Amino acid sequence: MTTVRSESLELRSASDVVSVRQIVRTWAVEAGFSLVEQTKMVTAASELARNTIDYGGGGIARLELLSEGTRRGLRVAFEDQGPGIADIEQALTDHFTTGNGLGLGLGGARRLVNEFDISSRPGEGTRVVITRWK
Amino acid sequence: MDRIPILKLRDLLLVTIQVDMHDRLALQLQEELTTRISETGARGVLIDISSLDIVDSFIGRMIANIAAMARVLDAQTVVVGMQPAVAITLVELGLTLPGVRTALNVDRGMSLLERASDEAAAALERDDDSSE
Repeated sequence: MTTVRSESLELRSASDVVSVRQIVRTWAVEAGFSLVEQTKMVTAASELARNTIDYGGGGIARLELLSEGTRRGLRVAFEDQGPGIADIEQALTDHFTTGNGLGLGLGGARRLVNEFDISSRPGEGTRVVITRWK
Repeated sequence: MDRIPILKLRDLLLVTIQVDMHDRLALQLQEELTTRISETGARGVLIDISSLDIVDSFIGRMIANIAAMARVLDAQTVVVGMQPAVAITLVELGLTLPGVRTALNVDRGMSLLERASDEAAAALERDDDSSE
């Protein structure tokens, strides 16, 4: 698996969520995703970018356009140095929220992608990586 | 700053969401729309989302909130024009938009609201008759 291209975006305010959506859309088109695949990836990225800002106190989104044999993929990592998640299983449960959201962000994003990886340590931050393959 | 226009059409309010909504804009729309419902006495709100290429849980929550607020102000909300890819994604995300009625396009959405408004008027008349 090789990385064709990579780019990082800062996530500080709500308008950065819109920027992430736009760049993920552009790269998803480049990876050859169908409209539904693009929409799923962009929606998942939107949920996670908002989590990074709302719960992580801001952070960074790292995009990677991947190539493996003939298939292409798009990977986005969301990292923050926020309070972290004490109970990841609980955080992934639908309708669980510590904020005022719907509690669909993490679990919902996981359903929209092919690979989902989350690591978090209380007090140190959270990293969520999503990947979708064409 | 961006602004989402709210059009009045007979006793309906029509909102076409065309921009990629950031969070503050979404909250502003919520406020303006409820103010307009109360000022105009509109019986229905039609939200056209045919230009939205995604609906995430934040936008979904905003739409559900608008519908709930409108209902308290005696107006029905219909969301029209959802793109098929958005519908597929919404369901997989787990977003069900409780209390929000949907229609395929503006035409059907308007008939739905007009019918609801007529039924409400008829029910009111029946109440009046029975109290005589």
